[in-house]
Amino acid sequence: MDMLTPVLTDNWGQDRAWTLAAYEKQGGYAAMKKALTPEYGGPDAIIQAVKDSGLRGRGGAGFPTGMKWGFIPQDNPKPKYLVVNADESEPGTCKDIPLMMASPHTLVEGVIISSFAIRANHAFIYVRGEVLHVIRRLQHAVQEAYLAGHLGKDINGTGYDLDIVVHAGAGAYICGEETALLEGLEGRRGQPRLRPPFPAVAGLYASPTVINNTESIASVPSIIANGADWFASMGTEKSKGFGIFSLSGHITKPGQYEAPLGITLRELVDLAGGMRAGHQLKFWTPGGSSTPLLTDEHLDVPLDFEGVAAAGSMLGTRALQLFDETTCVVRAVLRWTEFYKHESCGKCTPCREGTWWLVQTLARLEKGEGSEADLDLLLDQCDNILGRSFCALADGAVSPISSSIKYFRDEYLAHLRHGGCPLDPAASTVFASHGAPA
Amino acid sequence: MSPTEPSEARASDRGLKSEMTQIRRFSENDTQITPETYAELEAIAARYPEPRSGLLPMLHLVQSVEGRVTSEGIEACAKVLGISAADVSGVATFYTMYKRKPVGDYLVGVCTNTLCAVMGGDVIFDRLKEHLDVGNDETSEDGAITLEHIECNAACDYAPVMMVNWEFMDNQTPESAVQVVDALRAGEAVHSTRGPKLCTWKQAERVLAGFNDGLANEGPAAGPASLVGLEIARERGWKAPTSDSSGPTEEPGTKIEAVEEADTSRAESETLSKEVK
Repeated sequence: MDMLTPVLTDNWGQDRAWTLAAYEKQGGYAAMKKALTPEYGGPDAIIQAVKDSGLRGRGGAGFPTGMKWGFIPQDNPKPKYLVVNADESEPGTCKDIPLMMASPHTLVEGVIISSFAIRANHAFIYVRGEVLHVIRRLQHAVQEAYLAGHLGKDINGTGYDLDIVVHAGAGAYICGEETALLEGLEGRRGQPRLRPPFPAVAGLYASPTVINNTESIASVPSIIANGADWFASMGTEKSKGFGIFSLSGHITKPGQYEAPLGITLRELVDLAGGMRAGHQLKFWTPGGSSTPLLTDEHLDVPLDFEGVAAAGSMLGTRALQLFDETTCVVRAVLRWTEFYKHESCGKCTPCREGTWWLVQTLARLEKGEGSEADLDLLLDQCDNILGRSFCALADGAVSPISSSIKYFRDEYLAHLRHGGCPLDPAASTVFASHGAPA
Repeated sequence: MSPTEPSEARASDRGLKSEMTQIRRFSENDTQITPETYAELEAIAARYPEPRSGLLPMLHLVQSVEGRVTSEGIEACAKVLGISAADVSGVATFYTMYKRKPVGDYLVGVCTNTLCAVMGGDVIFDRLKEHLDVGNDETSEDGAITLEHIECNAACDYAPVMMVNWEFMDNQTPESAVQVVDALRAGEAVHSTRGPKLCTWKQAERVLAGFNDGLANEGPAAGPASLVGLEIARERGWKAPTSDSSGPTEEPGTKIEAVEEADTSRAESETLSKEVK
């Protein structure tokens, strides 16, 4: 198996890759036609193929996609809905945005096949509002697909009807949480719902709803085109297929690397030309800031769901943010904590109040004030937050804190000894590596 | 110091100054909402199976007309949807892209979430505050630039990132950021690093409301960082396997096994729910 396996990224370098003409020239919409012909076996055959492929949700949780589709109660007389979660906002995560910018038709084709599979006649792409050009490209792709007869009434003469609405959000990290997203899509404040009922039973407009990440849905056409076995031939035993790995930070070539699940950070760093010249890896996130930090001890951890979990973290969205030895871990963690405080929707007390207190405690430590006992106080606060709210935002908020205390307790203490940060923030900037003073 | 907290005295000073400017520039009574706006608000609501789903894009449309969310805009949305103005206000105050104070022609957002901050975003934000003589969420005196610090905008491989009217300005330095705002204030054409010539904030808000501006074909398919993995694969002749190759698939046989394999407790509780058939 080759180390990199471009499937979703394969056409990103093509001239005007975002257009229908370019997409169809490289075989686009053939999978849709295949899936919608009666010979394929109908919606259940598509669900079965996605189940057999082993595709697991690419938005972080890793739940089997085909199984999620199977939860839709088909005896429920209400309309069924497909909602694409394109609210990519987890710090470090930057895979869906370039996908939708370069090849929005991959997503649209995936939406058509997936909607047909769950018997939905309405689908929504909930895209974060802060990415204007990506929204233009999505609107354009949907319009082109309508004009080509791939959307609307009686798609390509198959008798199947589907409408897609591109829905721009308005700035709220919490709307990446699926029930908060549904609230936003219903025109309300984006606050998570209590479950049960689950979206599969009572989601959008209290109707059966499937919510999938952009990359999950975009992977569906390739599974239909090449077969479930093809998809499952990549990856590891329980984490099948390929995924986009996003490298950012103090690395020579940051960017998107599409590889079978199970590749290691060491392999990716090698491909990316190593850490920036003259520096070493200090800490990294495997899947965004909500996944516990790892260190240079973990370079050989297989980046699949099981491997990263065994190392005490989570694969998440494969958002690999790499920081070298110039970076102050306390500063990094404080900034993430301020983010969670800002983005807490305010519904649950442990999250609303807890994230505020975490910032107070951490900010004091970062300034070199407080005492060693504050580290225990922080861990106690984390203990009172973790698992005590409706959604996972608060759980994410404590991940960088508890993991950084685990691996870098000494650096916290150094702030107390030093009366502030012992590191120079200018040294970690990109301008520092150019030799220009910041 | 956190980038959200400029020094207290200067901030209140500037706040008062810019507040006064803004009051002069926009009074409550010069609403731009017309019967055409109502027709467009209704058209947005009609895109959805239930009209209220249109509220987020409708508020974007209000901003494109009014330059912010005004009381008149809130009333208009409430009227079109048949809900109370308090309901609309509750939504408008929840989302950070909705502004209650007038926004300049160009909303400049500097990412100061951890990765961009470390890579230089904090320095860029400080430089722009100083250069424009504004604090966070304030507008320059000429009304051209509103500066704010923003959270992660999903372009970490292009850090440090700045957004202008929600277009990507990748790989910034303090100097390049100052050049961008100076050019914008001078009325010069500035292009996004991965998109078209920058339009005004009001024009951008109209696109977010779902009214296409025909600029989708501008700019490249992908920026350089988006293509690095693909280029390495091409150089080395690496590909995904061809479709005839296959491997054994062991699907989790039961819901319990699937739960054990899934990462989150949310997925777990979802699977185990008795409600789910």
